[in-house]
Amino acid sequence: MNSFLTFGEWYSQTFATFYRCFIKENRYRLLIEGVGVTIKVSLLAIALGIVIGFLIATCNLSNNKFLNAIGRIYTGVIRGTPSVTQLMIIYFVIFATIKWPKWIIASIAFGINSGAYVSEIIRAGILSIDRGQTEAGRSLGLSGAQTMFRIVLPQAVKNIFPALCNEFIVLIKETAIVGYVGLMDIQKAGDFIKSSTFEAFMPLIATAIIYYVIIKLLNIGLKRIEEALRKSDIR
Amino acid sequence: MIQINNLKKSFGNHNVLNGITEHISQGEVVCVIGPSGSGKSTFLRCINRLEEATDGEILVDGEMINAPKADIDRIRSKMGMVFQQFNLFPHMTVKKNIILAPTLVKKMSEAEADKKAMELLKRVGLEDKASAYPNSLSGGQKQRVAIARALAMEPEIMLFDEPTSALDPEMVGEVLDVMKNLAKAGMTMLIVTHEMGFAREVATRVLFIDNGVVAESGTPEEIFTNPQNERTKLFLSKVL
Repeated sequence: MNSFLTFGEWYSQTFATFYRCFIKENRYRLLIEGVGVTIKVSLLAIALGIVIGFLIATCNLSNNKFLNAIGRIYTGVIRGTPSVTQLMIIYFVIFATIKWPKWIIASIAFGINSGAYVSEIIRAGILSIDRGQTEAGRSLGLSGAQTMFRIVLPQAVKNIFPALCNEFIVLIKETAIVGYVGLMDIQKAGDFIKSSTFEAFMPLIATAIIYYVIIKLLNIGLKRIEEALRKSDIR
Repeated sequence: MIQINNLKKSFGNHNVLNGITEHISQGEVVCVIGPSGSGKSTFLRCINRLEEATDGEILVDGEMINAPKADIDRIRSKMGMVFQQFNLFPHMTVKKNIILAPTLVKKMSEAEADKKAMELLKRVGLEDKASAYPNSLSGGQKQRVAIARALAMEPEIMLFDEPTSALDPEMVGEVLDVMKNLAKAGMTMLIVTHEMGFAREVATRVLFIDNGVVAESGTPEEIFTNPQNERTKLFLSKVL
């Protein structure tokens, strides 16, 4: 390519590349299906992450030494190893003989991973609530669980929510490694187009833009919820 | 009503309570005074097990509450507690603060609890604040709501942990007035306080705690006008 292209030449070349990357052989559909896979895996993983995170936070905050140990080992192992390694161990080792849909196995892997981080977020949120709140609840005769669910958690949510949003965003981007276990998500679709067209720029930039737009939209939604939560915080 | 036998409490190597034996009968208003760090608050908090006693026995109506199998939630619901920092629930209205425990623990109907809450708010002079949130109240108002909240469980005894220490001076009176009325109505009360005037006027008995033991105990008259113990004399000379 020389640097004396006319605009017309530049335009037609660019269009030809674009055509090859996205229109020819309906390649755009790979990306659209990739969006579906990314969203499916992320949503299930987020749900699992919250459940696991809550359980692990409970372990970490309990007075039981055995549960403490479980919580500590869980967060230690998960945070101390790469998520790609975890994904591959879960897919190729733990689920080696269990023939569940790939996307569900991937979601489980990401859910287990996210759970460790979510548990720390929940734990910090709960610890941010003054001890006097728990004491007041208990002194009125409420059980530990009643105090937690009626008094501490409703107040902790406002501290937990923003950090949890951040974790969701990290998780969505983290799912870009599911190609390692043969799932065609956005990243893998972009990569696939790259290798079948020998064009790097357009498919990879398109991949980036798609992730960016998804996360932007999610952010707008989460900000709305956060504002609604703040409104109830009457001063 | 409450019998405390050789109560000891230590935090690590630090001994806070060094063996307290006391009996509190129905209708008594006992004020606990003493220098800071003497273990007054810890003593109070051990009685409803917000702190776990290291050693000794606490019996409420003959039932040992620091036994591992004691149903602490049920025992606690017989004892109202008022904290220095109020500890109202900021995410609930004043009325919701008051009806939470009766509806949840005593399974009282919402309507009944509501009615009771309004009666109690009237008693502490805050019926117009029922739908306000705690953060919009003054310190004195918060503490009166906290007293109403504790009373809603119809406790047999009320424990007060320095209830006026976090208040601006002009708000102390309104809280002490509520407490005086409560004492007049015959409520059994155990009050950790620095308000010597109040102790003198309202208490049926005063305990002077120092170094984790009850150094002296007697009527307000005895303690304030004719203290026997040297440490009591020293303390009173500093605060009166």
